[in-house]
Amino acid sequence: MTVAVQGTAGQGGRDRGSRPGPVQRLKLSYSKYWYAYAMAAPVVIVLGLLVAYPLGRGIYLTLTDATSLNVGHTVGVNHIPDTFKFVGLHNYQDVLFGPGSYDRFWSHFGWTVMWTALCVVLHYSLGLGLAMLLNQKLRGRTFYRMMLIVPWAVPTFVTVFSWRLMLADGGLVNSVLGSLHLGQPGWLSDPLAQKAAAILVNTWCGVPFMMVSLLGGLQSIPAELYEAAEMDGATAWQRFRHVTLPGLRSVSSTVVLLGIIWTFNQFVIIFLLFGQNAPDVQILVTWAYRLGFGQQPRDYAQSATYGIILLSILIVFTAFYQRWLKRNDQAAI
Amino acid sequence: MRRGIAASALVAALAVSLAACGSSGSGSSKSADGPVTITYWDTSNATNEAPNYQALAQKFEAANPNIKVNFVNVPFDQAQNKLQTAMGSKGAPDVFRSEVGWTAAFAKAGYLTPLDGTAALPSASAFQPSLIKQASYQGKVYGVPLVTDTLGLMYNKALFAKAGITAAPTTWDELKTDAAALKDKAGVDGFWMRAADGYYVMPLLFGEGTDMVDAAGKKITVNSPQAAKAISTYQSLFTSPGTVKADVTTDSYAHMMDAFDNGKVAAIIQGPWEITNIYKGSAFSDKTNLGIAAVPAGSSGKAGAPTGGHNIAVFAGSDAAHQAAAEKFAAFMTSAESESFIAQKNSTLPTRSDAFTADVKADPGIAGFQAILPAAQPRPELPEYSSLFTSLGTNLGKIAQNQEGIQAGLDATAGDYAKLLPDFAK
Repeated sequence: MTVAVQGTAGQGGRDRGSRPGPVQRLKLSYSKYWYAYAMAAPVVIVLGLLVAYPLGRGIYLTLTDATSLNVGHTVGVNHIPDTFKFVGLHNYQDVLFGPGSYDRFWSHFGWTVMWTALCVVLHYSLGLGLAMLLNQKLRGRTFYRMMLIVPWAVPTFVTVFSWRLMLADGGLVNSVLGSLHLGQPGWLSDPLAQKAAAILVNTWCGVPFMMVSLLGGLQSIPAELYEAAEMDGATAWQRFRHVTLPGLRSVSSTVVLLGIIWTFNQFVIIFLLFGQNAPDVQILVTWAYRLGFGQQPRDYAQSATYGIILLSILIVFTAFYQRWLKRNDQAAI
Repeated sequence: MRRGIAASALVAALAVSLAACGSSGSGSSKSADGPVTITYWDTSNATNEAPNYQALAQKFEAANPNIKVNFVNVPFDQAQNKLQTAMGSKGAPDVFRSEVGWTAAFAKAGYLTPLDGTAALPSASAFQPSLIKQASYQGKVYGVPLVTDTLGLMYNKALFAKAGITAAPTTWDELKTDAAALKDKAGVDGFWMRAADGYYVMPLLFGEGTDMVDAAGKKITVNSPQAAKAISTYQSLFTSPGTVKADVTTDSYAHMMDAFDNGKVAAIIQGPWEITNIYKGSAFSDKTNLGIAAVPAGSSGKAGAPTGGHNIAVFAGSDAAHQAAAEKFAAFMTSAESESFIAQKNSTLPTRSDAFTADVKADPGIAGFQAILPAAQPRPELPEYSSLFTSLGTNLGKIAQNQEGIQAGLDATAGDYAKLLPDFAK
């Protein structure tokens, strides 16, 4: 086996002029790299099962009018065939431009974008502030760091339910506001207050991750740079602007991208905090869930359409974001 | 080249996964005489009601040594979803407690086995005819009525007396007047209407002589002028003096019941399934303090409330031995003896007249609801009917909070109904 591999590889390398046919090439490649294929096969199979098949099936469903009533199924001995039909791009047209599309899609879309932007800005700025605080040499730093990590370590549903108790009409938050003679908004029922509450809770849950990542980034900035800047007479703001931020660039760009994707798809907080009775505060993901699982009959086609639209938005966004980063990096050099 | 291999591996993976999906449903049939274990999904309240159903299941096991019952309690608010998932793939129960509104949709999907002439339903005439009709789909019976209910006006007699009110209100206007008086004289909130829940708005729609849809006439009526009138009354029940403002939080049901059970609100619209919980509340340690009256009437002068309740349904996908055992179990659970046992323990209403024993009637809660039960309206035989509540509930929440006009909200609901019921006229 080994001999054959060496022999064919050598031959392939010598006569470049006459390229072997595709089958031949496949054979060559197989005999040369069979171990690599063997190693990669499980991953490919798993990816195929977990990603490609559901994705393909999802895209197919968006082109049909499938609901839980007309999708075929087997009930023990009874086989019920599929009765849904192919409707082309009707679902996309209906979601984006159909009657009620403002109420169903665009209002949720606007809120999702606003929610993502506000949350990520809060995550990043608070995370950076706390990280810089913890990067100072102060007594009991490890303890503070532990305490700030706690919200992240606690399971999200525990956090969300605790907040639900605190934000309820007679809960802690409103009691405190009441004792200060301030207004007591209906955090869990009034649409505007609901949005504020959602952002508040998500910020609470998201800051620790940002903080830890940025702290790691801060610690990797060599102290000499700060010393040199100080020697040159840079003010604190100048040091932050010209040493800290560039030093954090690679960490920041990654965590901000992750933060945007996670927040855009942040299902748990909205779902657990408000349940299904809060149409205004639903982001696109929770709304898609509701279409697919939270109602009878389940509207598989529309839910899948939402899924594909969400995926497309994120892919387009990521592509632009990467390009923007690259351009900025080149500008920096 | 690498890509080529990857693609072929992908195809192989797809083939494997498709094959895995395709090979489901290999049933293993057992002989009918051996011991069988049937799985029963109970959807009753886990703390108050389920232990009594479990006690019945144990009695059944004792009487039928060849049948074991695997008793599983599934929270009611998740049950429809879970059943739908399980019956469409694997892990479905052989027999389950099915809400009356699910029957038509499940039957249409082929999940339920018809029970006419089986051991499950030895005599359909023992049950109230309207309940058998409600459990039927296209001429076949798909569930044995287990308990029945309707919505009524539940009130705190002591608080009403304190406010100088001698009789329960019979119209929504009277209710609003009483609520204001309760706030003034008894110092409590007079009335709590459940917000953002389509089911609880049915009495208002029926009171104006309309419904979400006209199933017989194949017409969507949810945005009709009558419905708009009903919903404007509904909206006023959150803003008029002495009524509680709309609560649309996830915990709103618990908030409402806590307030009523502990005497912080004097009246609610509710069904008999809460009676045992209400008796546990501080305001009703004396059971006779609970007043039960028909829901108030609308401008048509008629009061109407939906018929609710639960049936025992048998899954169509089990093998013959399990189905036979499940049918026996269904018959046992709905026997007169079992039903009166459940009624006494859970204060829910039996579905057959021979289960209304003197002991059952002695419970003031049951007696109260038994009096208003004949006026309850059964559901039309429409598989999509229970799906209609989703969109209505969402828009009612917006209307109750004044974020959306009444007509706009109802029109949006009608738009959703048009998708569910393409052959209905608007």
